[in-house]
Amino acid sequence: MTVWKYGDDINTDMLFPGKYTYTCSTPEEIKPHLLEDLDASFAENVKEGDIIFAGKNFGCGSSREQPVVGLKAVGIKAVIAKSFARIFYRAAINQGLLLIESAEAVNAHSKGDKVIIDADKGVIIVGDETFHFPQLPPEIIAIQQAGGLLPYVRKTLKKQK
Amino acid sequence: MGMTFAEKVLASYADEKETVPGQIVTVHPDHLLTHDNTAAIIQKIPDELKQYGIASSDLPVIVIDHVVPAASEKTALNHKNIREFVNKHDIKHFYDAGEGICHQVVMEKGLALPGKILLGSDSHTCSYGAVGAFSSGIDRTEAAALMLTGQTWLKVPQSIKIILENTLPTGVSAKDLILHIIGDISASGATYCSVEYHGSVDTLSVDDRFTIANMGVEMGSKNSVFFVDDITKRYFSSIGVKENAYSPVYADNGAKYDQKLNYDLSKVVPMIAKPHTVDNTTTAESVQDIDIQQCLIGTCTNGRLSDLEVAADIVNGKTVDANVRLLILPASRTILKDALNQGIIQTLVDAGAMILPPGCGPCLGAHQGVLSPGERCLSTANRNFKGRMGSKDAEIYLASPATVAASALTGHITDPREVMS
Repeated sequence: MTVWKYGDDINTDMLFPGKYTYTCSTPEEIKPHLLEDLDASFAENVKEGDIIFAGKNFGCGSSREQPVVGLKAVGIKAVIAKSFARIFYRAAINQGLLLIESAEAVNAHSKGDKVIIDADKGVIIVGDETFHFPQLPPEIIAIQQAGGLLPYVRKTLKKQK
Repeated sequence: MGMTFAEKVLASYADEKETVPGQIVTVHPDHLLTHDNTAAIIQKIPDELKQYGIASSDLPVIVIDHVVPAASEKTALNHKNIREFVNKHDIKHFYDAGEGICHQVVMEKGLALPGKILLGSDSHTCSYGAVGAFSSGIDRTEAAALMLTGQTWLKVPQSIKIILENTLPTGVSAKDLILHIIGDISASGATYCSVEYHGSVDTLSVDDRFTIANMGVEMGSKNSVFFVDDITKRYFSSIGVKENAYSPVYADNGAKYDQKLNYDLSKVVPMIAKPHTVDNTTTAESVQDIDIQQCLIGTCTNGRLSDLEVAADIVNGKTVDANVRLLILPASRTILKDALNQGIIQTLVDAGAMILPPGCGPCLGAHQGVLSPGERCLSTANRNFKGRMGSKDAEIYLASPATVAASALTGHITDPREVMS
C-alpha cells in the first residue's frame, strides 16, 4: 500500500483537468488523467488499497465528479484530509468513496508509517497513534450501505412503485 | 428562537417548524440545473430505472453552454443526446447553445425566485442567492438521482453574517470586494456555511450581488444570500416577474451566526487573485509590472451588460496592446443584443477585442482561447486554478472588468483608476 501525500486546497482541476470534463466520463477514460497536473506519477503507479493524505479544503472548485469516480475506480481506500470541500464530500458519499476528516491523523503521519483504517468503528491508526473520527448521520450511512446513491435510489424507487 | 435564512428556507421545505445547523432534511427543490453535463448525467441512469421516467418535466433546467458551439465530434454528440432527452421527456426549461451561460439564463428567465431552492450540477449554482434564492451545487450522480426522484437530502448549514458598511469607491467593483473577502477569510473560510450579506447592500446592484454570490463557492460556502429589497424587486419587474410571483424569506432578528464579519466598502481597492488559488490575493497596484498575453472579460462572474459597459468606457477610442489578445464573452444572448444596441460591442471591437459567443468559452480550458505554456491570462472569471485554461504551465490572474480592460491597453496588470482618471 502506498500513501500519497498532498497539501492544502487541492482543487478539482488538479485532480482532473477541466479540459477533459466533456470528453471523459467513464472510469476507464478518467483514470489516465487523474491528478495529471498535480502529480504526473500518480495515474501510472496508484494501486488498489492506496491511501491519500491531504491538507485542508481537499476537492475544492468545480462540481465535476470525475475526481471521485476516478479515485474510486483506481481503488483508493480512503482520502484522509484536514477538511473537504462540500460538493466533493457529497460526491464521495454518492460514489461510496471513503473520506475521513482528521487533521490530527494528517499531522501525525510521517513517511513510512503504517496506516490502518476501520471505517465501521471510526478508527484510524497512524504509526502507533490511534485517532477516532465521527460516524456519519444514519441518512448518509443508508446511502453508503446501499453502495452509493444510484443503488440507493434503485431500492427506494422500487419500493415506492 | 430566530432562524437564519438557510434554517428558515430548509425548515419550510422540510415541513418543520424550525431547523438547526447539522440537521439533515429531505427537500424537493424547485429546479435542478444541468448543462452540457446532462449528457453524462442521463447516461448514469440505469436502464432498469428509465421506466420511472423523470420526477417532473418542470424540475430540470437544461442549458447547453459549456462548449458552444460544439468543439469536437464528441461534444457535438453530447449536445445531440441532450436535445433528444429534452424532446423525449418534454422538458419545459431547455435553452440551447447560444442562449447564454446557464446561471445567467436561469436568472434572466425568472427561474431563480426568492425563497426557492435550486440545486445544480455546477458549482456556481450558488449564484442565485443574488436574488434571495437558496441555491447550491451538487455532483452529476446526485443530479441523476434528482431527475428520477425529485428529492434529496441537505444538511442545515451554519451561517456567517457579513456586514457591509459604506460604498465602494469609483473604479472599485463588487469583484474587488469579493476577492478582498476571499483573500481575507481564505478559500475554505466559509466551508459548508451559508453566507448572508447585510448592511449597505443597497449600494450594490443585482449584477454586483450576482458576482459576489457566484464566487461564494470559492470560499467554500454552500450558498450566499442577498435579501430581497427594492433593487431586487425592480430587477424582477424588469424581467417581467410580478411581485406576487414570489415570497421573500428574511433572516430573523436574533438568528444565531457562527461568525460575524464587517467590511468597510470605502476601503476596498482594485484586487488581483494571483495563481493558483483564488485566495492568493493582492492589490492591483502591487503587481503592476506583470505582463499579460490574454485578457478575458466575461463568464458567469462578470459577463453582464454593466461589466461590458465598464470595459467599453475604458478602452473607448484606444487600442489594445499589440501583445495582448482581448476576449469578450457576454454571459447571454440578451446581454450581447443589448451591448450591440448600445454600441458597446462596436467600441470593444474598435479597440481590438474579439467577441466570443455567449457561453463558458475558455474559462474551463475546453476551447476558444486556451493558453500555451508560459502564457499569462488576466481574467474576470472566478477560478485561477493551475491548468484550468489549458496548459498547467500557464498562469491565470483574476480581476474586475475595469482592471482587465485597463490592463489590456497597457499589456501589464494596471490599476484601472490610473486609466480612468
